[in-house]
Amino acid sequence: MNSGGDSLAAAWAIQRRVIGALLMREILTRYGRHNIGFLWLFAEPMMFTLGVAALWTAAGAHRMSNLPIVAFALTGYSLVLLWRSMPTRCISAIEPNLSLLYHRNVKIADVFFARLILEAGGTTISFVILTLVFWLGGWIKPPEDVLQVACGWFMMGWFGIGLGLTMGVLSWKSEIIEKIWHPAAYLLFPLSGAAFLVDSLPPIGQDVVLLLPMVHATEFLREGFFGSVIRAHYDLTYMAAWNAGLSVTGLLLLRSIASQVRPE
Amino acid sequence: MIRLSGVSKSYGTASGPVRVLQGVDFQVNRGESVGILGRNGAGKSTLIRIISGAETPDAGTIDRRMSVSWPLAFTGAFQTSLTGIDNLRFICRVYGVDTERHIPYVEEFSELGVYLREPVRSYSSGMQARLAFALSMVIEFDCFLIDEIVAVGDSRFQAKCHEELFVKRADRARIIVSHDPGYIRSHCDRAVVLQGGKLHAFDTLDDAYSYYTEMMA
Repeated sequence: MNSGGDSLAAAWAIQRRVIGALLMREILTRYGRHNIGFLWLFAEPMMFTLGVAALWTAAGAHRMSNLPIVAFALTGYSLVLLWRSMPTRCISAIEPNLSLLYHRNVKIADVFFARLILEAGGTTISFVILTLVFWLGGWIKPPEDVLQVACGWFMMGWFGIGLGLTMGVLSWKSEIIEKIWHPAAYLLFPLSGAAFLVDSLPPIGQDVVLLLPMVHATEFLREGFFGSVIRAHYDLTYMAAWNAGLSVTGLLLLRSIASQVRPE
Repeated sequence: MIRLSGVSKSYGTASGPVRVLQGVDFQVNRGESVGILGRNGAGKSTLIRIISGAETPDAGTIDRRMSVSWPLAFTGAFQTSLTGIDNLRFICRVYGVDTERHIPYVEEFSELGVYLREPVRSYSSGMQARLAFALSMVIEFDCFLIDEIVAVGDSRFQAKCHEELFVKRADRARIIVSHDPGYIRSHCDRAVVLQGGKLHAFDTLDDAYSYYTEMMA
């Protein structure tokens, strides 16, 4: 609680404590203690992914490629949840938490970080559990290169964090952001690489979709999952540039509103 | 010690920026009780928010050498879908204090009984204020911010609050904001008057009091 001469280590300890407290508060508020409680954190994304996998199987989407459709849906849709859920939760996150600023150690950034951690954690656990279940159940083969899968997942998570911070602050500045985010996220979903392989597109289509950073992580992760069966198209440097740009933008925006936010 | 130097703050409105505080200098030392007098809209709450750190000034500096409470009995930071105990847990986590050790005190002081384990949403405003006050006493601050709390609960509960705040914690600093000079007079060592965004300091309570009554006349 001392201020002024706080060492970096003490400041870090406080921030960890505050984010931990916000995490618990967020989990209890969102999921409560009823029925399965905090298990909803990953049960919810699991239900989404299972539903999509079932739909795609029923719709006969396997004619799009020779890949097992369950694994295709699992990798594609889990990644969509990862980049889409973080901005969705960061949008309009400031307003209901403004009164927490009366606790001097709580900063707007902590509110965002707690939500980002929760979303990233939930979708990651969901992806891991579903992969294990499908594998043990014999529906999919295990990933060929686990490290590459983890790396692709990380790149998408980083993208979600940068986008989440940026959209979160912008939504505080302008209500339009919240209005356009939902249609934008919905329209970007089919373009993000979840439902197709870049290699199956005509060259002009490939050039266009590869402008979207999400496509690169999706292709990279799928290459790790399926190995040489597919020909993946990606440029991780391009995606890293996007991620870094969004992260810096988000943090700068966050700084710019520090003197503007005030509780009631 | 807490020292504000040259603190200014404006808010943007539809008809241009409104300057709420203008070059405010203010200091509170350990163990001191200082009153801030001012009419409604004089900028008292803005000043309190800046002292508490909930808001940052446009210009000027704040040097905080003491830990500062949130405005006492402030109920706005409750998550009303959570229980009283869960709100206590959150506060304790934020300030790095062990929760379980403080549950008996909060139970006893807030007199909420079984409601402590019910969602805060189901509380009356008086019950919320009682819980808020009890939570403020769980964290041992060096300086308490008191923003017009004079009317928390019935007179018996007010007496309990007075005991906790002014008798048991007599060694702490207090900053009391009010438009009621009588309350400031009976609880403070000295007072300042906030008027038109500027802060006027006085050597004695009486000087501050007569300036304020003249201003109001």
